[in-house]
Amino acid sequence: MISLSPDELTAVLLSLKVAAWATACSLPLGVAIAWVLARCRFPGMLLLNSLVHLPLVMPPVVTGYLLLLSFGRRGPIGAFLEAHFGLVFSFRWTGAALACAIMGFPLMVRAIRLAIEAVDRRLEQAAGTLGASPLWVFTTVTLPLSLPGVIAGAVLCFAKALGEFGATITFVSNIPGETQTIPSAIYSYTQTPTGDAGAIRLTAIAIAISLLALAASELLARKVGRRTGGGS
Amino acid sequence: MIRFEAQLRRGDFELDVRFDTDCGALALFGPSGSGKSTVLGLIAGLLQADSGRIELDDEVLFDSRKGTDVSPHRRRIGLVFQDALLFPHMTVRQNLLYGRWFAPRQAASARLEPVAELLGIGHLLGRRPAGLSGGERQRVAIGRALLSAPRLLLFDEPLASLDYERRMEILPYIVRLHEELKIPFVYVSHAVDEVARLADEVMVLERGRMKASGAPGDVLAPAWAVGGEGRLAAVSVVEAVVREHDLRYGLTVLDHPAGTISVAGRVGEPGRVHRVIMRALDVGLAVQRPRDVSFRTVLLGRITVLERDDSPLARVEIALRESGRLVALVTRRSVDELALDVGDDIFAMVKAVALDDRALALASRGRSPKAREEL
Repeated sequence: MISLSPDELTAVLLSLKVAAWATACSLPLGVAIAWVLARCRFPGMLLLNSLVHLPLVMPPVVTGYLLLLSFGRRGPIGAFLEAHFGLVFSFRWTGAALACAIMGFPLMVRAIRLAIEAVDRRLEQAAGTLGASPLWVFTTVTLPLSLPGVIAGAVLCFAKALGEFGATITFVSNIPGETQTIPSAIYSYTQTPTGDAGAIRLTAIAIAISLLALAASELLARKVGRRTGGGS
Repeated sequence: MIRFEAQLRRGDFELDVRFDTDCGALALFGPSGSGKSTVLGLIAGLLQADSGRIELDDEVLFDSRKGTDVSPHRRRIGLVFQDALLFPHMTVRQNLLYGRWFAPRQAASARLEPVAELLGIGHLLGRRPAGLSGGERQRVAIGRALLSAPRLLLFDEPLASLDYERRMEILPYIVRLHEELKIPFVYVSHAVDEVARLADEVMVLERGRMKASGAPGDVLAPAWAVGGEGRLAAVSVVEAVVREHDLRYGLTVLDHPAGTISVAGRVGEPGRVHRVIMRALDVGLAVQRPRDVSFRTVLLGRITVLERDDSPLARVEIALRESGRLVALVTRRSVDELALDVGDDIFAMVKAVALDDRALALASRGRSPKAREEL
């Protein structure tokens, strides 16, 4: 068994916390955006689609810097949130979660969108003729049938959040105990001559967590798939 | 009560249909691509017309000029699709009860048990749609639509994907639900036998236009100017009064002014009017009253139409004595050898086994002619 130093353990727990919050908070929005992209036709759709996918193609450091400009204490959004809700992002773990959520969002939306597009629209029409309003159709037909895709999207987002480095370190820096996640801790170790052992320990932990997450999502998706009659 | 008027253009297809009807058993009939399903989609609200107005029981569902377009889930119109479209993630019971959540409370009188019994699906309630046969799925779909307490039921070729046996299994249920639950329906099909059995009024669509409308017996017999397989599927619908059941031979005898009709099996009650459906291929012709033949049904009439082309078969339309019309498909050679011509008196022979009791039982609406007029 690998024995971790207190700092390393803190980094692992912080990483898990950041990734979990990033995934949980972005999931509802991700499902909503995925539904809009899959089912609605409106002018400006291309723009929305590009906006969602932008973090995927932009250099992470650029994303982090933009976050710093807008969500920093003196940034327009950051100042507003601090004044009205007491919510501070810059150089806090919440900021790390925000950066991770934004970086994982395109992957999440993409997986959920594909799953929603695979649901037969005529099943939704059938539900409509039976008296279900569009919101009910979504919650009773579309969402249950695309659940395997929703789970896959959440796992992708979680995995991306665990590994996020560039945007996080730019936005919230690398403060042990506050914003130092596994990747930034590994980075710190590689900057010191004696850090190899610590870097390897954390690398092993990162691999283990990733494998566990993948296995859990696979099991969950299979269970859901059985419940929905094997169709997804 | 449906008032329908709609124009719609989608690519090459153009629809321009207008009709008013009080009929509770209406069929839209025509070849594929004629616009039948489009009309259903417009009534259900799944499609929007470019212009027009659709009313159901004096409620305006769609009016292009006033910008009215009631959304499908507020129309309370049930739709049974060709491929059932059951929700795969729910059990049969959950599928059946789905629409009941949304039905208005006072209208949610249709209960699960009687509907499940009527459709013969009570034993399937715990199963999932994936494990059902095509016929079972379609009956569940019908039950699901019924339990949403619709004001009108639409059937969009519900039997088209099933084989003959399955179709015969489901048709009686559709007849029963109309008779027992009194829900008006519009039935779309390109299968003439289904239309003949189910509908009191038939509208024939062709390339987005209404070509003919009226009682099945009047509309379906002359609608067979089409070639190919359609010609072979031609049927006639004749109304006759049940005289008696011949228990010894298992036959039912019906009276028609043109002669007696014998049907295999015990059908209906004596004194009631029944609809008899005869396939044009099962009708033979004789210029003199036939003797010593096995045909149990011989009907006297006069040839009104004689159609022939290069194909081996000719189509003969006969006005039966007093009422009714009968179509026969015979070989062109027979027409020449018997020297048949328009205006000739003719004896039409139909095999009793061709008029099987299932066909008759399905069509038996048990109404006297007087009752029909009152409707």
